[in-house]
Amino acid sequence: MKENYLKISFPSLPENVSLSRVIVAAFAAQLDFTLNELEEIRVATSEAVSNCVIHAYREHSGEIQLELKIENGTLSIKVSDEGCGIQDLDLAKTPAYSTAPERMGLGLVFMESFMDEMTIESQPNQGTQVLMIKKPERSKNSNGDQP
Amino acid sequence: MNLSLERNGRVLTVQIAGELDLSTSPTFRNRIEAELGQNQEIQHLIFDFKETSFIDSSGLGAILGRYKSIAQRNGKISAVNVPPHLQRLFELSGLLKVMTIHPSLEEAQK
Repeated sequence: MKENYLKISFPSLPENVSLSRVIVAAFAAQLDFTLNELEEIRVATSEAVSNCVIHAYREHSGEIQLELKIENGTLSIKVSDEGCGIQDLDLAKTPAYSTAPERMGLGLVFMESFMDEMTIESQPNQGTQVLMIKKPERSKNSNGDQP
Repeated sequence: MNLSLERNGRVLTVQIAGELDLSTSPTFRNRIEAELGQNQEIQHLIFDFKETSFIDSSGLGAILGRYKSIAQRNGKISAVNVPPHLQRLFELSGLLKVMTIHPSLEEAQK
């Protein structure tokens, strides 16, 4: 599998959440993901980008960076913003916790559940970076040997 | 997302076609709340997911919000035509504690 990458940035508009899902799914399809895994990637992406729109730039719009990479048969998705940051990361990871009304507080739970790895780096008033990594189950089972 | 609302007495059936996410959930909320406001007798919301291609936690939150509205009038919510990938999200989110999945629209309407 060839290595590949994509870097884009876009304003924190709700309409761009759907756009980011389409881009990530199309990029991820270069690897041997099942339809179910691609669906999981779409949900995780949606949650990460939605968090930028809802939380990071809740008082004013800003720019979201999306960086995708395929390396060693593994997909990595980095979603970055320069918004308000997360005040209490442990609290934010608590299931059903949310600072916004009519939110289930499940965004981070879904991102952790649906990806192999998920890490968050955040500084108050400086922004947040979410890195999510996933490898196709089929390539894990074949010890990385691609047909 | 396209919504199709059909009221039959105390039952409001909502067909959700397309994606229910951050961008579309306000429309979902506003359309259903307007219908509930105009028809106080509605006590059962049935969501038909046959044409639903995507839901994330924003969409799940919008569904839970409608449950809270209908629960205030001692009503309930049901789901029909739930594809496997959505069923998994419903299970993970805990939404199935308040939303019953029925095998068909006819069963849900009983």
